[in-house]
Amino acid sequence: MAKTEHTPVDPVSGMATTGHEWDGIRELNTPLPRWWLWTFYATILFSAVYWLAYPAWPHIWGFTGGVLGYSTRGQVATDLGDIKAVRASMEGALATATVAEIAQDKKLLALALAHGKASFAENCAPCHGSGGQGSKGYRNLTNDDWLWGGTLDAIETTITHGIRADYDKNTRTSMMPAFGKDGILKADEIKEVVNYLRTLSKLPPEPGVDIAAGKKIFADNCAACHGDEGRGNVELGAPNLTDGLQLYGSSLKDLTQTIAFARNSTMPAWGARLDPVTIKALTVYVHSLGGGQ
Amino acid sequence: MTATDIPDSVDAYAEGPLYAPAKKVYPQKVSGTFRHIKWILLVLCLGIYYLLPFARWDRGPNAPNQAVLVDLAHSRFYFFFIELWPQEVYYFTGLLILAALALFLSNALFGRVWCGYSCPQTVWTDLFLTVERFFEGDRRDRIKLDEAPWTVDKFRKRVAKHAVWLLVAWWTGGVWVLYFSDAPTLVRDLATARAPISAYVWIGILTFTTYYLAGHMREQVCLYMCPWPRIQAALTDTEALNVSYRRDRGEPRMSLKDAGRAHAAALPAGDCIDCHQCVAVCPTGVDIRKGSQLGCIQCGLCIDACDAVMARVHRPIRLIGYDTDENIKRRARGEPAIYRLVRSRTILYAGLMVVVSALMLFQLTARPHMGLSVLHVRAPMYTATKDEGVRNGYTLRLSNKWSESRKFAIEVSGLKDASIKSVEADALPDGRLAISVDPDATVEAQLYVTAPRAALEGSSQPIVVKATDLISGENVSVSDHFFGP
Repeated sequence: MAKTEHTPVDPVSGMATTGHEWDGIRELNTPLPRWWLWTFYATILFSAVYWLAYPAWPHIWGFTGGVLGYSTRGQVATDLGDIKAVRASMEGALATATVAEIAQDKKLLALALAHGKASFAENCAPCHGSGGQGSKGYRNLTNDDWLWGGTLDAIETTITHGIRADYDKNTRTSMMPAFGKDGILKADEIKEVVNYLRTLSKLPPEPGVDIAAGKKIFADNCAACHGDEGRGNVELGAPNLTDGLQLYGSSLKDLTQTIAFARNSTMPAWGARLDPVTIKALTVYVHSLGGGQ
Repeated sequence: MTATDIPDSVDAYAEGPLYAPAKKVYPQKVSGTFRHIKWILLVLCLGIYYLLPFARWDRGPNAPNQAVLVDLAHSRFYFFFIELWPQEVYYFTGLLILAALALFLSNALFGRVWCGYSCPQTVWTDLFLTVERFFEGDRRDRIKLDEAPWTVDKFRKRVAKHAVWLLVAWWTGGVWVLYFSDAPTLVRDLATARAPISAYVWIGILTFTTYYLAGHMREQVCLYMCPWPRIQAALTDTEALNVSYRRDRGEPRMSLKDAGRAHAAALPAGDCIDCHQCVAVCPTGVDIRKGSQLGCIQCGLCIDACDAVMARVHRPIRLIGYDTDENIKRRARGEPAIYRLVRSRTILYAGLMVVVSALMLFQLTARPHMGLSVLHVRAPMYTATKDEGVRNGYTLRLSNKWSESRKFAIEVSGLKDASIKSVEADALPDGRLAISVDPDATVEAQLYVTAPRAALEGSSQPIVVKATDLISGENVSVSDHFFGP
């Protein structure tokens, strides 16, 4: 530090100057306010304490953990544990009630619907759509055209055990033959039965195709599962063919492909992934989407 | 070249430098009419603030019984017989407009009475000054104490003063949080250290602001922080009653001795004896004799001080008093004073207040006790059912503002052969669907409307969803659309 000299005082403001002068312009000596300075020192002290207490510095193998052992992941785990504890009583009621009981009790129903809505968005929406509206090959859950039944119990079974989930021995299963690929029907016969199916759904058939022949082929090959009138069978997951709501579409091309190669799509057995309470909540939620029986 | 060579730059500092450290104000003790009014208002205002959370108001078994309560957790505001839901917060806009108009009206009539008598900053500063005076003595003693070196006695006085200040500030903050929770419960929880952490944080914040603003910043809040003096200066007129120094009577000011000499020489002499008592008692440290000014909060304490002096020197009181600028000019011209409280602006403000109050009262009494909102489900827009029907989904939100459970019948009109269903609803004996809503609550329900495809008039047609309170018959209808292929 330079030795202390007499510092001139500015006559106008009455404040001391730094003693420097440039072309007649002098600089007032305005030191940092004391409170600012002490706050600054306090923040330095604070950071030193913080480094010791909390995770702070990265190094090659990780980071300094801090003596308090705090971590954001640990905090999340604690918070989740707290929420589980808060919900325990309500979830307990869901765990002991059957889906039918839940549907009858308005309080449990509201809880299950809220739970189900969140779980549906996490687990089901990727295939069945955000509102259960489905898409080609994925069931629209808002209509009443259930393949395996639309009662609460049927829906619970389907969600728990899945469809053609080979790792679950109680899974829903049935196998439609690939009539074209396996050589059961010839191309002409497939064309005839496709056109017959179109008439069942009140859709226009191709001109010049023998519908009566198609009906005969249907009776011989399809009626065993889909019924004489094509109304389907939920025991076998055989769809109703008369309502125009086909999972893979009702166009000539779609129907031809379905009969020639079969579809036999699958759904995971969620019993292996989700807890029983979540499955109950999902059952009640899916049942509430408009098509429940 | 030096600064003194440039006269302009020196002139710029004629009234002192642009920045100057604040001069500490040492208001002197005073008694009189206005001090008395201020004491009464202080007790009244603080009494309301400190005791109101404990006032009870019976609202039945399903609602809190605290008269004034901001229930943030359940998003409700209770004020005696009024209960507001979050969607009714606009009501506060009305209150704020009313408050602004009341401020304007009081300003047109009596100047800054709000500042001088009931502003929290004034009231708490007054309280803190009283504490300071109790421990450190009056103006002279405090000036001496500030200049005196640190002694045990000075230390004792200072500690006592700050301790009591902090106690008052803490009490103020402590009462603040009581407006946000059931007061007796929270007091018990606070005392047993079981209250939520946010309560302690807010008490801390309010303790600090009260201690700092009322103890340390005082008049500087009015001078530098508050916008009202600036707005007030633009709003006021020359007919408003203000605390005024009647310079027509007071000037030329001179001491009693000089006045005696002037009288003897038949020269003019004013009533002001230039004793500076008005300045000594002023809580913001202004000289009222310079006229109305930003720093003057018009608390009237200078009136009391001047009256006491005038009485002692046997001159008429109210050399400083509530008067208008216009009257001072009138008297200077030898005309009588005229007080015109009824003027176009006071009529306008009062009229506006009546209109706004009437509108708010109507809004409050005519508002429905129920609410319904309808949101069409977007995924899917519609669903085809297997028996040639079309189904649309709607999310209903039903609000029940009664303090008891209510059932609302749901009906849909505008669609031929439509049927409705909802898992949240129960069937009434007459076949209608009804949704129960808990007291003072809102429920969300999915409503599904199904109609035969043949009955649809187009790909979109308007429908009306109606909810009817089964007890009161009150109903709300909401329009929406029904979509089809």
